[in-house]
Amino acid sequence: MAMSDTAGSISRTWARVRLLRESPVGIIGALLVAFWVLVAIFAPVISPYDPNSNDMDALIDPGPTAAHWFGADMQGRDILSRVIWGSRTVLTVAPVAVAVAYAIGSLLGLLAGYYRGWVDNLINRVSDIILSFPAIVLYIIVIMRFGPSALNIILAVIFIASPQIMRIVRGMTLELREREYIAAAKMRGESALYIMFVEILPNARGPLIVDACLRMGYTTIAIGVLGFLGLGLPPPDPDWGGMVKDSYALMSIYPHMSLFPAAAITSLVVGFSLLADGMREISMRD
Amino acid sequence: MLAFFLKRLASLVFTMLVVSALVFAAFEFTPGQVATKVLGPFSTQDQRDRLMEELGLNRPVYERYIEWLGNVLTGDLGYSTLYKLPVNDIIWDRLGNTLILASLAFAVMVPLSILFGISAGMREGSKLDRTISVASIVTTSVPEFASGVFLASIFVIGLGWLPGTAPLDSGAGWPIALQLVLPVAVIVLYDLGYVVRMVRASMVEVMTRPYIRTAILKGLTFRDVIMKHALRNAMIAPFTVILLQINYMITGVVVVEAVFAYPGFGRMLLDSALAQDVATVQAASLFAVLVSVCTQIAGDLGYMMLNPRIRFS
Repeated sequence: MAMSDTAGSISRTWARVRLLRESPVGIIGALLVAFWVLVAIFAPVISPYDPNSNDMDALIDPGPTAAHWFGADMQGRDILSRVIWGSRTVLTVAPVAVAVAYAIGSLLGLLAGYYRGWVDNLINRVSDIILSFPAIVLYIIVIMRFGPSALNIILAVIFIASPQIMRIVRGMTLELREREYIAAAKMRGESALYIMFVEILPNARGPLIVDACLRMGYTTIAIGVLGFLGLGLPPPDPDWGGMVKDSYALMSIYPHMSLFPAAAITSLVVGFSLLADGMREISMRD
Repeated sequence: MLAFFLKRLASLVFTMLVVSALVFAAFEFTPGQVATKVLGPFSTQDQRDRLMEELGLNRPVYERYIEWLGNVLTGDLGYSTLYKLPVNDIIWDRLGNTLILASLAFAVMVPLSILFGISAGMREGSKLDRTISVASIVTTSVPEFASGVFLASIFVIGLGWLPGTAPLDSGAGWPIALQLVLPVAVIVLYDLGYVVRMVRASMVEVMTRPYIRTAILKGLTFRDVIMKHALRNAMIAPFTVILLQINYMITGVVVVEAVFAYPGFGRMLLDSALAQDVATVQAASLFAVLVSVCTQIAGDLGYMMLNPRIRFS
């Protein structure tokens, strides 16, 4: 019974993936995201140089050359290699932050929507307060207080995203808890946790998957923005926002130093957004 | 209506109290650290103790919080260690500059988003709809600092039509109006897509209503159906979304002001954060939250005024 259930859900997932073929926009998004995931995985293999090594000869003419396809930065570091390694930063920080935010946000949303009453009130009050901060203010306070590091960026993203996810999950729980299969599960004597995680959450997955994909894009932007504002990862490890920050003042002489990392982050975020749109289109069809 | 307003006002006061406590607590260094920071690592314990007493830092936290809150409420925002001035002397000019930037961005964004949203939503699934929808997804996905880089390389470096910075003085010989073009364009580009999608979704929903079908069936031209029946009703739901953009705009403004060296509130917040200037960051954070909470209330009130079904129930 359980086996055929799993097989059924796998084949349904496959059907969805195949459906994506019908959404050209979704395919473009999936390809962009897949491209950067592969780049991040194979960074040590495809990166022509060490991203932090300095080639002093390149400083004579830092523009794109045969030796440095994307040119070099003001410290003679290869920009192509730094863009390649920068994808690792984003594609580890963003998924970890989004995944943990989802774990916390879903749990709180399920509790609030399922129990309602004072639990709901308490969770909502706290979220309202966090959400009354513009995101950047929270980022600035957290990073200023605890210092710039990958861990603190992840914590800041979790802090801001969890209440937003909570609201979505709570809304869906309020709707789903009135369904007959929930009443049936209660009659069977299932525990509240079982009902929340086995009956409600899986049935809310459609919109949540789309939101998670969009959120990966927002988080990528947030990581880039923090890097650009000088609140990102400490040097010398490459991150795209930080690369733009370091070279932006020199744009009129060496535009390539800013353009390549800016194009990299844009293509990844556009990829996530288009993929999310493709999935939304598909989930509306069934 | 009045009762609703009072209830929202009470919740505003409550939120601001909690937020102020959080903002205060966030920078509540263990007092010894402050003394070490001011006096340097080679100061003696005796010197540190004396400074702590002078600054009143050996009093309990809640006492200091109440004093700080009292100062803020009576208009004393503290002393900025970065600008070497009372925070009051900087923050208002900076807020004024940001207000100019944000209102220009709003004035451009709102009509554009209504135009695109309505054109896309009036015929769902049409070629125009798909084009506008995909374009709005793409523009919203470009981080502000990246679109700043792209626009600057075209209009500043390539064509030389616009200046790359907006310091709001005539130092580099560019008129202020031209300085404002790129900062406004970057904010609009980023925010536009989201509002367009909201207007579109609302329009799509309105177009399925029976009164639209009736209007079409009684022989009105498509133009009249849109202008007289659909438009007004389609604007109710996005109204709140448009006002809530102010919350996102605060974030956008920080980035855009950093990109274009614009002397605004966002830049002040960022610079003071990078310089560990606690008083300025606290004051700026409180302002940012106050603005965002007030717009939420304004959004709710406006929504009620626009929607008779809520107003009269």
